[in-house]
Amino acid sequence: MNWTWFHRLGSPPTFYRFAERLAPWLGGVSVVLLAYAWYAGLVLVPADYQQKDAFRIIYVHVPAAALSLALYAAMAVAGAVALIWRMKLAECAVIAIAPVGASFTALALITGMLWGKPMWGAYWVWDARLTAELVLLFLYLGVIGLAQAFDDARAAARACALLALVGVVNVPIVHYSVEWWNSLHQGSTILKFGRPSMSLEMAVPLYAALLGTALFCAQMVLRRMQNEVLRRERNTAWVRKMGSELLERGDVS
Amino acid sequence: MSAEFWNMSGYAWFVWGSFGAALAVHLWNWLSARAQRRSALEESIEE
Repeated sequence: MNWTWFHRLGSPPTFYRFAERLAPWLGGVSVVLLAYAWYAGLVLVPADYQQKDAFRIIYVHVPAAALSLALYAAMAVAGAVALIWRMKLAECAVIAIAPVGASFTALALITGMLWGKPMWGAYWVWDARLTAELVLLFLYLGVIGLAQAFDDARAAARACALLALVGVVNVPIVHYSVEWWNSLHQGSTILKFGRPSMSLEMAVPLYAALLGTALFCAQMVLRRMQNEVLRRERNTAWVRKMGSELLERGDVS
Repeated sequence: MSAEFWNMSGYAWFVWGSFGAALAVHLWNWLSARAQRRSALEESIEE
């Protein structure tokens, strides 16, 4: 198999152009999926017989929680590549993933609290799942803080990569916390293939929300990686030329 | 839409609050990435 195309992606200008073509497609498909999922989740799907309409929170909570873990795992993989092979784009990926992951972890916590109050009677309990997810948010914030603490972008990225790798131990703790400890949080509902705990009518919009959120996050990570490439390569001819052209056209925002 | 729909069987604050927070997080991601791109491009031509 010819891997030339893959190695060429390691070049910042080639990656930038590739991301420029791919990102709008990811964004377009994610908007369609999320519009369907949210409309179905709020309007089409019937209320749950026990939780009534409060169950609809699942259509934003589950995708946010799943992506908070998936993004951290991706950041740790990028961190390992950055540390072992010193690949610049992997460093950019670590820096790009952290704010997106932090925002979706915060969303998972907020929507979890809004679900917990009517179901458990409290916005917050020091439950294993909730506490581990809060630790995940602090890890993301640590990576964001480290990225801004260094003048040298490459040194910052290597420090962030190390923290991302150390913190990855928290990912299985979050995922399996509901099995390892007595938890108020319910077990897996949707990611339990072969043993569905939801009717198809309720599950299909949830799968659409999961895929739509994943594609949205992929688009945001690509955009932030492009921005990090621009920041690092700002003194190069290709970035200056592109910047001037885009600013002339008023096409930078 | 009926009042019953907006009321969400008494869970309006929790359901609409969750979807509102989700919308805010998606918008923040989109807008902050655009703002970051603009400032990176402006920096490139200033230097």
